[in-house]
Amino acid sequence: MSQTATLAPQPRTAAPLPGGHAQDDAHNYLTHDRSLKSWFTTVDHKRIGIMYLIVLAVVFLIAGIFALLVRTELFTKGQTIMGADQYNFTFTMHGVMMTFLFLVPATPAILGNFVLPLHLGAKDVAFPRLNLASWYVYLAGAALVILALTVGRLDTGWTFYTPYSLRTNGSVIFMTMAVFVTGFSSIFTGINFIVTIHKMRAPGMTWNRLPLFVWAMYAVSLVQVLATPVIGITMILLLAERLLGIGIFDPALGGDPVLFQHFFWFYSHPAVYIMILPAFGIISELIATFSRQRVYGYRAIALSSVAIALLGFLVWGHHMFVSGQSAISAIVFSLITYLIGIPSGIKVFNWVATMYKGSIWLQTPMIYALMFIFLFTIGGLTGIMVGVLAVDVHLHDTYYVVGHFHYVMMGGTVIALIGGMYYWFPKIFGKMYPERASKISALLVFVGFNIAFFTQLIMGSQGMPRRYYDYEAEFQTLHQVSTIGAFLLASGLFGVLGTWIWGLLYGPKAPQNPWGAATLEWTHATSPPDPHNFTRTPLVTRGPYDFHLADELFLNAGDGSGDGSATPSGDGATIVARPVSK
Amino acid sequence: MEDRGSLWLPEGTSTLAPAIDWLFNFVNFVSVILFVLVVGTMLYFVYKYRRRAPNERPAPITESKALELSWIVVPTILCLLVFTWGFKTFIRIGVAPPDAYEIQVRAQQWYWEFTYPEGFKTTGEIYVPEGRPVRLLMNSADVLHSFYIPSFRVKHDVIPGRYTSVWFEATKTGVYDVFCTEYCGTQHSYMGAKVHVVGQNEFNEWVETGGVGDLATLPLEQQGKIYASKLACVTCHSVDGAAGTGPTWKGLFGQAGHATSAGPVTADENYLRESILMPGAKIAQGYGNVMPANYSTLSADQVDALIAYMKTLQ
Repeated sequence: MSQTATLAPQPRTAAPLPGGHAQDDAHNYLTHDRSLKSWFTTVDHKRIGIMYLIVLAVVFLIAGIFALLVRTELFTKGQTIMGADQYNFTFTMHGVMMTFLFLVPATPAILGNFVLPLHLGAKDVAFPRLNLASWYVYLAGAALVILALTVGRLDTGWTFYTPYSLRTNGSVIFMTMAVFVTGFSSIFTGINFIVTIHKMRAPGMTWNRLPLFVWAMYAVSLVQVLATPVIGITMILLLAERLLGIGIFDPALGGDPVLFQHFFWFYSHPAVYIMILPAFGIISELIATFSRQRVYGYRAIALSSVAIALLGFLVWGHHMFVSGQSAISAIVFSLITYLIGIPSGIKVFNWVATMYKGSIWLQTPMIYALMFIFLFTIGGLTGIMVGVLAVDVHLHDTYYVVGHFHYVMMGGTVIALIGGMYYWFPKIFGKMYPERASKISALLVFVGFNIAFFTQLIMGSQGMPRRYYDYEAEFQTLHQVSTIGAFLLASGLFGVLGTWIWGLLYGPKAPQNPWGAATLEWTHATSPPDPHNFTRTPLVTRGPYDFHLADELFLNAGDGSGDGSATPSGDGATIVARPVSK
Repeated sequence: MEDRGSLWLPEGTSTLAPAIDWLFNFVNFVSVILFVLVVGTMLYFVYKYRRRAPNERPAPITESKALELSWIVVPTILCLLVFTWGFKTFIRIGVAPPDAYEIQVRAQQWYWEFTYPEGFKTTGEIYVPEGRPVRLLMNSADVLHSFYIPSFRVKHDVIPGRYTSVWFEATKTGVYDVFCTEYCGTQHSYMGAKVHVVGQNEFNEWVETGGVGDLATLPLEQQGKIYASKLACVTCHSVDGAAGTGPTWKGLFGQAGHATSAGPVTADENYLRESILMPGAKIAQGYGNVMPANYSTLSADQVDALIAYMKTLQ
């Protein structure tokens, strides 16, 4: 037990004993006060994370139903279930809700809120009330969306391109206000996380000991704080033009419609990194824990997140290669786009290298991490394709682009979020999810996803334009295959929801550290955690992935068997050293 | 080189297509190799280093600076190569040869109008000579549109209050699709056109007849049918009774008590003529006053032909 000297002192009273889980049920963050009022006025980052989870799950469900309606309409040529106006409304709502109301806030608001302070060894975020305010501001934004739905059918696409958005029905006014308001919720969260990471780290938690999830959250927060005001300003300008007739974007009033695209993408491209960077953070945690190996190139991954966040501000013009900006700008934007592709590539290589000589344990979170690498690699490589200036002329605004960004946003962000939810499920709810059913639904998600979106890559490069209600006969087969894939994907996602509900209701009690992970939320906090996270502030003496130094903690708190039981012989003597050389 | 298209790309029929297709196929090929390397390695590790017992503890491995450097440097070189190649081809796509034949394009919700240097217009279809560079100088009358011919691999947004252009030199006679690829409202997906690539002689003949070919020899209702599609009437007015932005023409002629903003009317020749030339005068009930004003410039012959065609749609 020579390692003991390097370990932090343990709050022995809080840690469950081997073989039994003597945990004080009455006193965790979920049960210490069960009243509804205690939830709506809570400043506990963990509870706020759960409140976000519930709201965002509803938003995802609604936006997902819109997606299924779109795919159903496209099943046959001509009218299938709805008219052209209804279709335009449906794909617009799918896009607006998925991007502004789901993908942008989702991972920081749910997992960031829950995990970040635990990762740092902090009691809460720096500004707990601001954190709660962000949830209410988000709800206000969602209410404006509902208001917009009652005013008229928004049909601009999620991009609100002028001058069309200046001339269509009035729901644009409420929807742009909704985007404006939810932006503040992002800014609140971003400021909160930046200050928390700077000021609330436990003693010994140096920057080089931060889990990579925290680094990713730091990069995301920077982008949220710096980029979100721009979309707010853009939406205000759009409102001013619509309501007051000030000529900004409308050529009939002396404005410039391409200027809107510059403003819009100046936010919305960094927003893409707001969506994907948290996913990178989750994947780093999952790969390390389930390979039981330190993350290969920790510093490269950490710094590449920051590099992506900063370079992300300089590539917005790659959405506009054929929209009328000068050739010089197009060339510069294309070049910088490649520079940002490289850090993303570095991450993928590092994750794969992390698995080298590890002990790879295929639990559901790891299955999702592997799925992420598969899908995100396709998303990244197709991104390189559309970044090639001459090729983008052909591919721009076709289904190739639609396929590409679904591989990144759905195959990247959403898959990582689901993987992260499975990973932290035992910590959040104190219960285990059903392993076998989760793996089956993961398979459905994977197969359905690829059928739905790989076909879109093909029909796009064949020339199928996006946002089309009707199409040429030659595309019908591919559309039908894609629709079938979408329904398979949806059934897989309902399966995921089912496993979570089952786990919540009937899941066996989770041990403190079912995965044998080495970050503080697993080694120093119970499942579910105490309202104040830790009974004593942890003293950090090692990096987040030093599994070999953290062994004693695993054995005391569950050894990673994942079934809710700890191995009885937790004396350290049974550890099998495994440098696999064969 | 004969190009019949592939799984990924439709047949390319312009002088620009081979360069773009080469680039696409190169990036696709390298992507497949990289993908197989990454995912193959990942799956191999998953199998080789699979967990055999819950309590096994792998030894930490040391990082190799050379390896990390290699996967920074190699992708950077690949990316710069592809960037340079893409940028050179992009310049070619962007610069039309000085002797190109120039056609004006006006985009409008939801049709394309082409004005030839000889002074006549076509709508919804465009004739171009094979083997001669053609430049389209484009402008929008309302919102953003985008002009896209997949077979030629060209596309550019069409913007109100500003000129943009595309150019191409078709290499094979035939009829090709034009799509609008910037979302522009209700009928966005129907805002198509056809490019007819014809031999230079045939093109000259076509230009001499003012862009309609020799219609005068056809029966009046057949002329009307051709105009209905050429002038893009059918984008909004169906001829089979289907719902559209404007009322269907099927069964319209002769309808008694046709409800309009000026009360019920009989849809006779005079009502139809008035509705074509002054669409706002009596608006059919349930529809908006959205018909473009430029139909007021149709010739008397064209109106005659259209009405004759409508009479056949009973």
